[in-house]
Amino acid sequence: MPADPTITPEIITEHGLTTSEYDRIKEIIGRDPNFTELGIFSVMWSEHCSYKNTRLLLKNFPVKSPRVLVGAGEENAGILDIGDNLAISFKIESHNHPSAVEPFQGSATGVGGIIRDIFTMGARPVCAINSLRFGELSNSEVRRLFRGVVSGIAHYGNCFGIPTVAGEVYFDKSYEGNPLVNAFALGVLRHDQIARGAAKGVGNPVFYVGPATGRDGLAGAAFASQDLTEESAEQQRGAVQVGDPFMEKLCMEACLELLSTGAVAGIQDMGAAGLTCSTCETAARGGTGVEIDLAKVPQRSPGMTPYEILLSESQERMLIIVEKGREEEVKRIFDKWDLPWAEIGSVTDTGQMVVKNHGEVVADLPAAKLADEAPVYQREAKEPSYINEVGNFTLDAFEDQGDPQETLEKLLEWPSVASKNWVYRQYDHMVRANTMVNPGSDAAVIRIKADSVPGGGTGEDFPEKLIALAVDCNAVHVYLDPYEGSKAAVAECARNLACTGAVPIGTTDNLNFGNPHNPELFWQLRESVRGLAEGCVAFNAPVTGGNVSLYNQNPDGAIDPTPTIAMVGLVDQKEHVTTQWFKDEGDAIILLGDLVDSSDDLEGLGGSAYLQVIHGQKNGSPPACDLTTERTLGATLLGLIQSGLVKSAHDCAEGGFAVALAESCFSELHGRNTPCFLGADVNLSDSVDIRLDALLFGESRGRVIISCSDLDAVKVVERAKLMGVPSQRIGTVGGDQLKIKSSRGEHAWEIAVLHDLWWNSIGNAMA
Amino acid sequence: MNFAVLQFPGSNCDQDCVHVLRTVLGHSAFLLWHKEKSIGDADAVLVPGGFSYGDYLRTGSIARFSPVMNAVKEFAAQGGHVLGICNGFQILCEAGLLPGALIRNRSLQFRCEHVYLKVANNDTPFTNQIPEDRVLRIPIAHGEGNYFCDEKTLETLETNGQILFQYVDRDGDLTDHANPNGSLKNIAGISNVEGNVAGMMPHPERASELVLNEDDGRLIFESLLYALNPGLTTA
Repeated sequence: MPADPTITPEIITEHGLTTSEYDRIKEIIGRDPNFTELGIFSVMWSEHCSYKNTRLLLKNFPVKSPRVLVGAGEENAGILDIGDNLAISFKIESHNHPSAVEPFQGSATGVGGIIRDIFTMGARPVCAINSLRFGELSNSEVRRLFRGVVSGIAHYGNCFGIPTVAGEVYFDKSYEGNPLVNAFALGVLRHDQIARGAAKGVGNPVFYVGPATGRDGLAGAAFASQDLTEESAEQQRGAVQVGDPFMEKLCMEACLELLSTGAVAGIQDMGAAGLTCSTCETAARGGTGVEIDLAKVPQRSPGMTPYEILLSESQERMLIIVEKGREEEVKRIFDKWDLPWAEIGSVTDTGQMVVKNHGEVVADLPAAKLADEAPVYQREAKEPSYINEVGNFTLDAFEDQGDPQETLEKLLEWPSVASKNWVYRQYDHMVRANTMVNPGSDAAVIRIKADSVPGGGTGEDFPEKLIALAVDCNAVHVYLDPYEGSKAAVAECARNLACTGAVPIGTTDNLNFGNPHNPELFWQLRESVRGLAEGCVAFNAPVTGGNVSLYNQNPDGAIDPTPTIAMVGLVDQKEHVTTQWFKDEGDAIILLGDLVDSSDDLEGLGGSAYLQVIHGQKNGSPPACDLTTERTLGATLLGLIQSGLVKSAHDCAEGGFAVALAESCFSELHGRNTPCFLGADVNLSDSVDIRLDALLFGESRGRVIISCSDLDAVKVVERAKLMGVPSQRIGTVGGDQLKIKSSRGEHAWEIAVLHDLWWNSIGNAMA
Repeated sequence: MNFAVLQFPGSNCDQDCVHVLRTVLGHSAFLLWHKEKSIGDADAVLVPGGFSYGDYLRTGSIARFSPVMNAVKEFAAQGGHVLGICNGFQILCEAGLLPGALIRNRSLQFRCEHVYLKVANNDTPFTNQIPEDRVLRIPIAHGEGNYFCDEKTLETLETNGQILFQYVDRDGDLTDHANPNGSLKNIAGISNVEGNVAGMMPHPERASELVLNEDDGRLIFESLLYALNPGLTTA
């Protein structure tokens, strides 16, 4: 085994530590660290593990509600009460840099990592969703990344047996070379099944379970915490882990079986920073110490140094603290599942994380200080100059639309708006037999039944629950106005949930931003967090956990700031589950909300898809987001749905009113290659003083297109108005055309033609 | 009736099958671990979908060596009813209980979507409750569902009425467009020559409840229940 290198200023820099951070390490341990200890500090104090640049900001998030059983930051994932002694655990996490370097394994292990976080809490993972960002599909390298990422997610999720039920995909030049892969998983458990990642009970043995440790994924957490350059990507290819969903499935089943025996005192997955992070965090949470011997750790390659074993990010490994005297149960269960296990150490009362190798101490560090006393920085923030420029943008810059015919077609064909069936048909979205609303509507809905809970049951008198999930972020709006755009991301998520008949109960966020040392980029982050926090307060959907991914940039600059928001809601009864497509000929079409926000000088066109696609500009202030209006809209829609009056509901987002209306005309595919259409005849000719492009393609907030039976139409409009929501009947469902009459003339599109453009756009680009 | 639902390492539709048999149809069902050497007192065996052994080497190729498969072979030889779904179909082919093989989808991609099925033979233990000319709507979810066999085997399948299900369009027409994976003759499911062992790529257990928007799959389980005991009524 080679001798450890002597620590030099260069080595300290290579580990991503500053001189003052190194001095702080010396202060904490009262001496110079050795090479292994330096490696441990570097990963534990990386942004990925320590949130050193964002911790102060994240304090602004609302994290409490009567439903919160395990709050943000306490454990691997938060847990919310959903009633009847049931609970859900969910979180979103990024795997951006690994996916940029090796898209298939990068995204696959992203899914694996988040699933592990969920079953570590004692929950059975029951569904996954994801949020993806790529450059433009005209670029062959982008297509390679897109193809790789989607097949990686499919590979891991399908094999593991978790349905991928919803998601979002955007394509924008700013993500070229730095795609975003944010993976979310949700699990279910009973209140009494919550597991903790704490090393409790001095003298308890510490077990390592799962496959052997190799050199893969060395220091991935540190890799994720620096700018991505071509050079770094090439050098860091070895930092990408290799996933084995089969192993994870076995590991999950074995862990849930073991947890049910009561023999587990604490459990933690080995994710970022592997064995290092799991040992010191469990000790820190338990207020104890942990002593392990690396010689006992199963190893895949010969001659690994302590540094390598500790920092490896080999996948599908778990650390389990077992109640003393019950070791045999662990062995029995892991042998049953043919999984490797090893007893590698024990819990101590010293508060130290002591790592030995063949009995010789190679690291001896104070666990709590290592885990919790990473430096915290208040970074400098400065409003970027472009903010002022986009604020000066006016509609005088371009002429109104004469003929919207082609414009709607182009918008529906635009990959960010077009159907994502090329993606979700590769994901098993129905395994576990719970998916009630499949991908393609505003939000997915799954039911929770007896076998969704660890330990299962017969299901006779199980109190079934319905969970709705959505993930959203219009990053162009966030770029143009981080505060308003971020509030809007939360509001859109909540609106999507309301459209399916759900009440939001919790949020998880994935903050994807650029380098925090750049004051203009840090300003984006700060403003965004302010908006997100206000949004989550407004919808009473506290943040239960999440992830921060900084340094998302390539040589051409930073990505558009992308605070991905995933929100979870509850649907009260199965009769309330609502989808976005029209249901019957002759039904009334009603718009909830104003056609155009009259207080907005840009009439909803700032930052719109229309401006980007037709005029090639990412410009203008995006529409403001009034959270009170959004909340009233959501509550009103939900009331209408719960009264049984609403047959379909779809919110207006990218592409505005016309795109939302067209999408309402495309039913979910009845079966393979078998679309169903219902046309619409809409009259907007009363809106004489609004530009036609703003009327059809503006993206004013707080609008939902619903349909109801002709008989109920008057009642629906009156009830919405009574609640303070502008509401009007705008047309009727039927025919095979989308017809819109405006004060400027009549426009008509064949639904079959529009559907074809929308459905096949991404598939054609990838063919 | 009492069903054994096999559980291999990597099976992931095992609980879904148990759910439908127990909760939807009101019968008993138990998970049978692959290391067991007997199928116990089961009246029929279900080999569920999933990724047994991670699909390593080739789908189903390792699972066929599990101890429980000897018991299943014995059970089948005595005329016991065995239904393999998706990965279960692949395992039964690898185990030699069904002819032919399932190869990579011609799109080279995993496919998850609802498909339409025509019942090619209504007089089998797996289809007897399905009305003539009824087109079933049931989802698929697989990367390797492209059924293939040699010409002679295909001829035997056709002559003996061993083809159970074929991919069709909504109107029941057998078209190439309706074929999601490139299967020979649009084959979605077959039986052995004796008729007591069957395999199919689509997932009837995911289409057996209206809450999941489809219950056509129920007809297949009800057919099997009828074959086991014609006097029985389901829940």
